[in-house]
Amino acid sequence: MPVPDDMEFFIDPNRCIGCRACVQACGECDTHRGHPMIQLEYVDRAHSTQTVPVVCMHCESPTCAEVCPADAIKKEEDGVVLSARKPRCVGCNNCVLACPFGVPKMDTEYDLMMKCDMCYDRTSVGRKPMCASVCPSGALFFGTRERLAAERPRSAPVNRFQFGGQTVTTKVRMLTPRDGRPEYVDVVSAMSEESAGKRISLDPMLGAMYDGEDET
Amino acid sequence: MIPLEMAERTAAPDGRPMAEQPAWRRDFPIDLPQDQYVARRDFTRFMMMTSVACAAGQVLLGVRNWLHGRPVAATAQPIARADEIPVGGVKPFLYPEAGGPCLLLRPDAQTFLAFGQKCTHLGCAVVPDAEKKRLLCPCHKGAFDATTGRPLAGPPRRPLPRVALENRDGVLYAVGVDEPSA
Repeated sequence: MPVPDDMEFFIDPNRCIGCRACVQACGECDTHRGHPMIQLEYVDRAHSTQTVPVVCMHCESPTCAEVCPADAIKKEEDGVVLSARKPRCVGCNNCVLACPFGVPKMDTEYDLMMKCDMCYDRTSVGRKPMCASVCPSGALFFGTRERLAAERPRSAPVNRFQFGGQTVTTKVRMLTPRDGRPEYVDVVSAMSEESAGKRISLDPMLGAMYDGEDET
Repeated sequence: MIPLEMAERTAAPDGRPMAEQPAWRRDFPIDLPQDQYVARRDFTRFMMMTSVACAAGQVLLGVRNWLHGRPVAATAQPIARADEIPVGGVKPFLYPEAGGPCLLLRPDAQTFLAFGQKCTHLGCAVVPDAEKKRLLCPCHKGAFDATTGRPLAGPPRRPLPRVALENRDGVLYAVGVDEPSA
C-alpha cells in the first residue's frame, strides 16, 4: 500500500531544539531496533546551538540508487526510496559517498547500507513516521499541505536543492520563510555563507551567554 | 498501453526519456514495480530454457545409466574352501560384481549362500544374526531374510543382491549376481 498522496513530510530546521527525541524514537522502531536512521546535525557547532534533523529526502532521481553497482536501492511507487535490499547490498559505500545530503550510513556490523525509509511500514498504512510522531517542536511534520498552510502561514515548502551543478528535487520538503521564498536551496553557497542570526557564545567562562552582536 | 518496463518513472540524471537511455537502464530500473516486473517474453524464455535443461539432464542420465548398466560377463572368483566354513559360520569376501563387500553364509551343512553386504536403503553394511536367520542393518534397523535376501523390516524395500555360487571340487566360487528385483 503506498503512502497517501496528500500526506507529505516537511522539515523545519528553524524549529529544531536539539532534544534528540527523534533519534531515540527512530532507534526504537522494530524494523531497525537500536539503530537510529535519523541524524541530528549541528549547523555550526563552534558558534551556534542550532541543530537540524537529517532524514532521507527521497529524491526524485536518487543519486544513491544511481551509483549503486549492486542494484540494491529501489524507489517505491509513491517515491519513497527504500533502504538497501539486504540480499543485494555488497557494502561498497558508494551511496554513502555519493548522497548529497549525507544520509546513507554503512553498518559495518551487517555489511549493509541502512538509511531512513520514511518509516515505510508506518507511512504506507497512513501513520506518521516515528520521528514526526515525537517531535515536540514540529520541526518534523508529516501531514497534509492544507494543515501546514493553516498552522504555519509564514513558511513555504521548497523541494529543490542545488549542489554545484546538480539540481536535486525531493519528495521531502524543507520549510523556508515565505517572505522572499527561494526557488531552491543552494546548499554549497549556504555552507560558506556567514550566519545572519545572533552570535551565541557556548563558553560560559567568557561571561555573557549572548553578546547580542549582530553579524551581517 | 505503454509496457511497464518502458514506462517513465524515475528520470535519468541526463533528463532524456527512457527510450533514449541505454539498455542497461531498463534492465536495472530504480523503481521497485519495474524491478519486480517480469515480462511475458522473459518468463516464457526462462520456462523454455528450464524445460530444455531438464530434458537434456534426463537424456544425459539415461545414457549414463545405459552405459553403466550393461551386463558384464561375470567372472568366477574363488572365495573359500567349503570345509573351512563351519555350519552357521560367516565369511566376508569382496566380489566387485555385487558392489564390493559380500557375505558368505553356511546355514546348514549342505547350503551355502552369499549376499551383497550393502543395505539397499542407504548402503550401510549388514551384519548376520544367525539366531533369527536375518541380516540386520544397524543404521536404521533394517532386516533382511538370510535365506532369500528379501527385506523383512525397516526402511529397505529392495532385496540384497544375491551372489551365485558354484562348488568346484570343494572350492566355492562366486560366479555371478542375481540383481534384486524391485
